[in-house]
Amino acid sequence: MPFIANTEAERQEMLAAIGCSDLEQLWEKAAAPKPTSDFATLPEGRSELEVARHLTHLAGKNATDLVCFLGMGYYDHFIPAAVGEIIGRPGFYTAYTPYQAEASQGTLQAIFEWQSAICRLTGMSVANASMYDGGTAVFEAMAMAMRVTRRRHVVVAAGLSPIFRNILKCYSDSQDCEITDIVLGDDDDRSGQEKVLAAVTDKTACAIVQYPNAFGAVEDWTKTIAAVKEAGTLAVCATYPTALAVLKTPGDMGFDIVVGEGQPLGMPLSFGGPYLGFMCTDMKLMRRMPGRIVGQAQDSSGRTGYVLTMQAREQHIRRSGAMSNICSNENLCALTALVYMTLLGRQGLVEVAELCMDKARYALAKLTSIKGVRRIGSQPFFNEFVLELPKDADEVAGRLVEKGYAAGFPLGRYYPARKNQILVSVTEKRTQEEINGFANAMEAVLWS
Amino acid sequence: MELIFKLGAPGRRGVTLPKCDVPRHSDNDLPATLRRSAPAGLPEVSELEAVRHFTLLSRQNMGVDTHFYPLGSCTMKYNPKINERLSALPGFTDQHPLLPQLPEGGALCQGSLEALYETERLLSDLMGFAATTLQPMAGANGELTAITMFAAYHKSRGDERRRIMLVPDAAHGTNPASAAMAGFESRDIPSNPEGDVDLEGLQAMLGPEVAGIMLTCPNTLGFFDHNVVKVIEMVHQAGALAYCDGANFNAIVGRVRPGDLGFDAMHVNVHKTFSTPHGGGGPGAGPVGVCERLVPFLPKSRIVKDADGTYRLEYNYPQSIGYIAPFYGNFSVLLRTYVYLLMCGREGFRRISENAVLNANYLRERLAPYYEQKYQRSCMHECVLSASRQSAKGVRALDIAKALLDVGFHAPTIYFPLIVPEAMMIEPTETESKATIDAFCEVMIAIAKAVETDPDSVKRSPQTMPIGRMDEVAAARNPVLASL
Amino acid sequence: MKYYAETHEWVEIVDGIATVGITEFAAEELGDLTYVEMPAIGAVFEAGAVFGSVESVKAASDIYAPLAGKVCEINDALETNPEVLNEAAEGEGWICRFSDVDQSGLSKLMSREDYLKSIGK
Repeated sequence: MPFIANTEAERQEMLAAIGCSDLEQLWEKAAAPKPTSDFATLPEGRSELEVARHLTHLAGKNATDLVCFLGMGYYDHFIPAAVGEIIGRPGFYTAYTPYQAEASQGTLQAIFEWQSAICRLTGMSVANASMYDGGTAVFEAMAMAMRVTRRRHVVVAAGLSPIFRNILKCYSDSQDCEITDIVLGDDDDRSGQEKVLAAVTDKTACAIVQYPNAFGAVEDWTKTIAAVKEAGTLAVCATYPTALAVLKTPGDMGFDIVVGEGQPLGMPLSFGGPYLGFMCTDMKLMRRMPGRIVGQAQDSSGRTGYVLTMQAREQHIRRSGAMSNICSNENLCALTALVYMTLLGRQGLVEVAELCMDKARYALAKLTSIKGVRRIGSQPFFNEFVLELPKDADEVAGRLVEKGYAAGFPLGRYYPARKNQILVSVTEKRTQEEINGFANAMEAVLWS
Repeated sequence: MELIFKLGAPGRRGVTLPKCDVPRHSDNDLPATLRRSAPAGLPEVSELEAVRHFTLLSRQNMGVDTHFYPLGSCTMKYNPKINERLSALPGFTDQHPLLPQLPEGGALCQGSLEALYETERLLSDLMGFAATTLQPMAGANGELTAITMFAAYHKSRGDERRRIMLVPDAAHGTNPASAAMAGFESRDIPSNPEGDVDLEGLQAMLGPEVAGIMLTCPNTLGFFDHNVVKVIEMVHQAGALAYCDGANFNAIVGRVRPGDLGFDAMHVNVHKTFSTPHGGGGPGAGPVGVCERLVPFLPKSRIVKDADGTYRLEYNYPQSIGYIAPFYGNFSVLLRTYVYLLMCGREGFRRISENAVLNANYLRERLAPYYEQKYQRSCMHECVLSASRQSAKGVRALDIAKALLDVGFHAPTIYFPLIVPEAMMIEPTETESKATIDAFCEVMIAIAKAVETDPDSVKRSPQTMPIGRMDEVAAARNPVLASL
Repeated sequence: MKYYAETHEWVEIVDGIATVGITEFAAEELGDLTYVEMPAIGAVFEAGAVFGSVESVKAASDIYAPLAGKVCEINDALETNPEVLNEAAEGEGWICRFSDVDQSGLSKLMSREDYLKSIGK
């Protein structure tokens, strides 16, 4: 079922109008090659009913009944029903990039509201329309810092998500740059502020830190950032937006560029995407920021509206000199985050954050009361913490899956010396009963 | 419309959360120095206020569901509703991406892994390549992925002086921008008077420093370059690689496989060829197909099917360029692609490209008497007209675009490609009917006639939209980018 | 006396200080300018090096140093009022001043007459 409108009779009329007897003749006229394949390996097209049956069967093969304590930057938060209804409006999801402002005020105003909301949450003054995901946003922030400072050295604090760090490596391998990674001991949950500062020189474009960091630690960066900036180095923060409902904002700490993964703001986990990268900065750096940006404007009769602005930064105008190659971004995901933040609102997002904190603390107490289980590090945390287990964490996680729990993420995959450590995340969706069950299952796996 | 921040009232809310069922944490758990001073200034509205605000906003957009949207090169074809329904099945939306990285976790995700594996396989077969990665999160991201693999390929052969990427002057801006991002220096290659790559110009630029060429096929003028195979041969002879920008793959899908033409890699924009919605600017996906010699450089992870029929993720590829995306690409967008692939099948795709080409040529034929064409050639899936005749009367492509909005048609792409003056790039797609195309042509003809008699009437448009033309100069000089 | 570069910059040297801008023709071609990216004071540029850029709504263009030198002053007025460049590109719309100028480069530049000829005026 290829969704083609015209009938055979209409096709004949159209062919006649262009002076062709059949489609083959038209293809010859257009100088297109003859078919290069018989496509024998492709199946015949199927009906909607058959395809629906097949996909429903596949979805049924996935396990979705595990109680989720997995996080590491991607979280199982509650999503109000209205979010899906709103982003499913055809005016939003079947539109293109808002090139024609008069025909796209819905998208444009929504992006402006998104930019405003994420600025209010992060404590920054300027945001772009979105990046692909948190990891590529970190890379774009680094590239932006190198552009602004004309320097090529970058310091990455301990505790940047190893998933982001992998992406940073992939995208920066082709850049002429040098990255210094700060490494602490394997019994530490901190980011190494003193070492970050010590590594920054007058050749350093930026210091990249994560807040809360990949081990869940929440640290005050205010003093370190002030010192880093004295070297003319920009401070880049990757952050978890839900946590910012209660935490001191990166803006208040003095960061120059704030990026992060927006998935927790109303996007389902969806096995890896689509997600939402966000990027905020201040007025003095805005013209060096990558990606689409919406600005307020007036029309000829003085009415307020919205347009894509400062486009001279972008690939369609500046080509090889553009701030980035990004074209389409994650617009509908930014809209999702806006709608989510609107529905939860000023008080609701704080409540989500407080619930996360309550339940994470309850879970930590339960889990660390098990013999041989202790928390790694002692920094304040939001909803995520690292536990050391008396056994190989991979093995324990595997056993817990059998008992119905996605126990958290065994850190040995990215930090070989931390093979007995597991990162546990707790959201507002977890109930006391689930947490108790998880702790009992953990104890059983460890000791019976 | 008022901004959402102006609506509502203090204390109003749209969602109620469950009561806390565990002991509340003490205030000391987070020192005051780490707490924000006041709640973020998010809206305080009821669910109804939110729904009404956003629903009204959505009605200020033109979209494919409501309007003909002939935005050339962007391929705004219809988005089948079954794509949305099936990609939203809880079995797909509720899985954490780290689940398959747990021990034996792959067993928990066999449905998702099978869907991805099959999507890769079907795309490889359609494009004519040895393998496909689904990781890239948009078309431009796919371009970057492919040419990053080119760099890795040359490096693996100790051929690191190849730092130049050739890009035709008519290419999308993403091509030179992607080249720069992958560490290449991009050089423009000229077009000849027929709109094809200038072979002599190309020959003069080829040499031991050239890493590859980025060629849009069919090209951005809507033509199938007469010399594609020759161009690829020349590039290969010079030791370089040929990349196909598959932005226009919808013109040839089901008939011509770029891999068969000799290309080494290509990306496709799934929203263009495979009907996933564009979402007003993403999320998209930009799968990349590669020939055999580039397979070792594909991004990680890759999905493997074992002899017993189970699927798993594999990471052990020492020559891989690494992680382009955090996980396995934009999964739910790829599911829509998979649904469409299954529905269309072998025969469907051939008919899709044939009808796309027929619709574009019919439209071109009808408008040829009224608008200039820089190149007198039959087109593929889109035609590029020029408003040069009208601009002599003071009416520019921009004015024509605005006049179209007034009568309920979205505008074509304008001022691209850059090598056509006053360009209007029109792409009807195969999903539109002759009746719609006829109605659009009538309006374009009426505008052309109005230019002759009353050009100012065209220049005053739009009159019926929620706003008029915006002062973009003032907006860019003194940007207001957020309500704080 | 002003000298002109093929890349549409002008330069005028008074008491060893070179004032640099873009030509009226270039400003007109770019349309309403929205932003001028300035070099840092103290930055040193070779002749032909990119030292800044100008942006309009639909275009962006690099600015090349017509002569080698060291930036000693920038035209702050352009930061808030880039339209001055459209109004008087070869007067009040000057972009920056260079000291330590290598005047030997002047021989590679054009006279006003030759420049106008080169742009077909």
